Amino acid sequence: MASKMKESDPILEVENLFASTDNLPILKGVSLTVYPGEIHAIMGRNGCGKSTLSKIIAGHPSYNITNGDIKFSGANINSLEPEERAQSGIFLGFQYPIEIPGVSNLEFLRVSTNARRKFLNKEELDTFDFEELVKEKLELVKMDHAFLTRSVNQGFSGGEKKRNEILQMALLEPKIAILDETDSGLDIDALRIVASGIKKISNAQTGIILITHYQRLLDEIEPNYVHVMADGQIIKTGGSDLALELEKKGYEWTDNFVKET
Amino acid sequence: MVNENLVEDVVKEPYKYGFVTDIETEKIAKGLNEDTIRLISQKKEEPKYLLDFRLKAFKKWQTMDEPDWAGLGYKQIDYQDIIYYSAPKQKEKISSLDEVDPKLLETFDKLGIPLTEQKKLTNVAVDAVFDSVSIATTFREELAEHGVIFCSISEAVKNHSDLIEKYLGTVVPASDNYFAALNSAVFSDGSFVYIPKGVTCPMDLSSYFRINSGDSGQFERTLIIAEESSSVSYLEGCTAPMFDTNTLHAAVVELIALDDASIKYSTVQNWYAGDEEGVGGIFNFVTKRGKCLGKRSKISWSQVETGSAITWKYPSCLLLGEASVGEFYSVALTNNLQQADTGTKMIHIGPKTKSTIVSKGISAGNSINSYRGLVKMGTKATGSRNYSQCDSMLIGDQASANTFPYIKSQQPNSEIEHEASTCSISEDQLFYLQSRGIEFEEAISMMVSGFCRDVFNQLPMEFAAEADKLLALKLEGSVG
Repeated sequence: MASKMKESDPILEVENLFASTDNLPILKGVSLTVYPGEIHAIMGRNGCGKSTLSKIIAGHPSYNITNGDIKFSGANINSLEPEERAQSGIFLGFQYPIEIPGVSNLEFLRVSTNARRKFLNKEELDTFDFEELVKEKLELVKMDHAFLTRSVNQGFSGGEKKRNEILQMALLEPKIAILDETDSGLDIDALRIVASGIKKISNAQTGIILITHYQRLLDEIEPNYVHVMADGQIIKTGGSDLALELEKKGYEWTDNFVKET
Repeated sequence: MVNENLVEDVVKEPYKYGFVTDIETEKIAKGLNEDTIRLISQKKEEPKYLLDFRLKAFKKWQTMDEPDWAGLGYKQIDYQDIIYYSAPKQKEKISSLDEVDPKLLETFDKLGIPLTEQKKLTNVAVDAVFDSVSIATTFREELAEHGVIFCSISEAVKNHSDLIEKYLGTVVPASDNYFAALNSAVFSDGSFVYIPKGVTCPMDLSSYFRINSGDSGQFERTLIIAEESSSVSYLEGCTAPMFDTNTLHAAVVELIALDDASIKYSTVQNWYAGDEEGVGGIFNFVTKRGKCLGKRSKISWSQVETGSAITWKYPSCLLLGEASVGEFYSVALTNNLQQADTGTKMIHIGPKTKSTIVSKGISAGNSINSYRGLVKMGTKATGSRNYSQCDSMLIGDQASANTFPYIKSQQPNSEIEHEASTCSISEDQLFYLQSRGIEFEEAISMMVSGFCRDVFNQLPMEFAAEADKLLALKLEGSVG
């Protein structure tokens, strides 16, 4: 990590994190610090622990932290429930957004937005006020109003699901957004819409972690830092040029790293 | 797992209707024989035709075997170990509510069914049944002004004997099935409704059934008659104390709709379900059937079944009248070791008859939840149609859900459509909602009510809200 002094306090600090699922170690000492306004990219092969890291930060119950800490705005959140983390401003954009039959997207978005607003001591929105807000945010991701009346993600195309994720991010205004392979399965137009949505939502106060395999998202959103993960660890950190290097070299060399350790 | 404890913590609320009212009761001795039946009939000062009806039913019952085709597992019921009549002691003749034992009024107060003049619900008339007898019926005068009769069936036997003699047992004959025969022999009370020709009942009618004694069965009988071009909406609620023994509840409900009449019958059944180990709880073996006798008549059943250790019921419609309509909307939720075998029978006899079945079964814990239904098109049911949709939701990985749709058609010029689906609440769905700031129990209840929406939309408004809450409560500790 860059060693120069930062002006503000970090949003997220992951300190020497070890985690496992079903007694199988997945993370083996990950450290990562995100300051306001920063964009981090985490890259690596499938199974290197990228997605697990994002789920653990969001509080997925299937993983156990065996060592290390996750701090959010300076406070340890290791034992917080997922909803508490979300309310306080941690957002996870899912690689595979989940379908929830029977629950209307609009109602889901409203309940979720209000949960966050309640935490921020903001007035909760009734259906009418929420309609106004959501209309404005739909513009950001170029989604049609008809999406709202459907069940959450049900029957959505891959691209629609991803845009729905960004819509949620826009409504929840998180302090940190971890976007897990938001670019996968998107055609180039959809990718641009999603990327421009992310850029509009983020600002000098927010932190973003992009988890991706590919350079093409990073062409749209330039990261301050690129981290390479292998076998549950961050094995290399660099600037945005590291991603370009990966694009050229591929990930094979990271396997060698794994063998060495 | 973290999640499991969490559910227990947040959603765990004890069965809040589990209290027992300490009241002096008049009970007859345990056991069942001809003398028991004569005694019940005598206590109720019944006419001879009714005693004969009972005795005939009893003879029939003695020749019948307890059914086992539903494959429900339970300990053999000892019919000689049940008290067939149990009534709170009160003055001989009660002329007004002021004379009802305050303890009884308090009980219904506690259940959210205030009966006294000052507190009674403003838009619903209530018949309150406590163990074997009806305690009070509200709004009787107001209803009488419209010619609507709403009283206990015992009173109807005394005051409207002609109607009872004409209709009792015409929809569910005493010989219909084992439990209907038993009920016909020993029924003690229940509600009676008569809506005269052309009258739209000015308010919802409701019966509230309360079992208080642990060792007596409840065998109520409800009869609703809607004359030509009349309509009524009837609601039924049920609760019982927590006992570690099983209590038998074998009711019979008969509905009759004449030309252009409509009856809407809604139930929220929340009998005590037994504890997590399956100890105690009500055996709810009920026969409910409606007869659409008249042309264009309509009978609509909606039910939310959440209680009872075992539920065995199939509210059905006999569609005789031309262009008559039968509906069945059901949500059945089982948790822990509950077993529910419920569904409907739509028997299309007349031409151009229509029926709709929407069933939502939710099984959690180690429970078994089955939909069992029959759609039958008779030889004369030309141009008749049925649409059935049966969906099951599984919560956790120990519960089971079954669908047994039986379809019989003797009429090629009729349509039957059946759709079925099964889904489950997965950990991933819960995590997804939680990761958007939605509390765990709200997440479950969102998904469950989303699943049940089609049925809840059919319930009277106050029932729908209650049903929503009830489902959330019932799911305690059910997701791992």
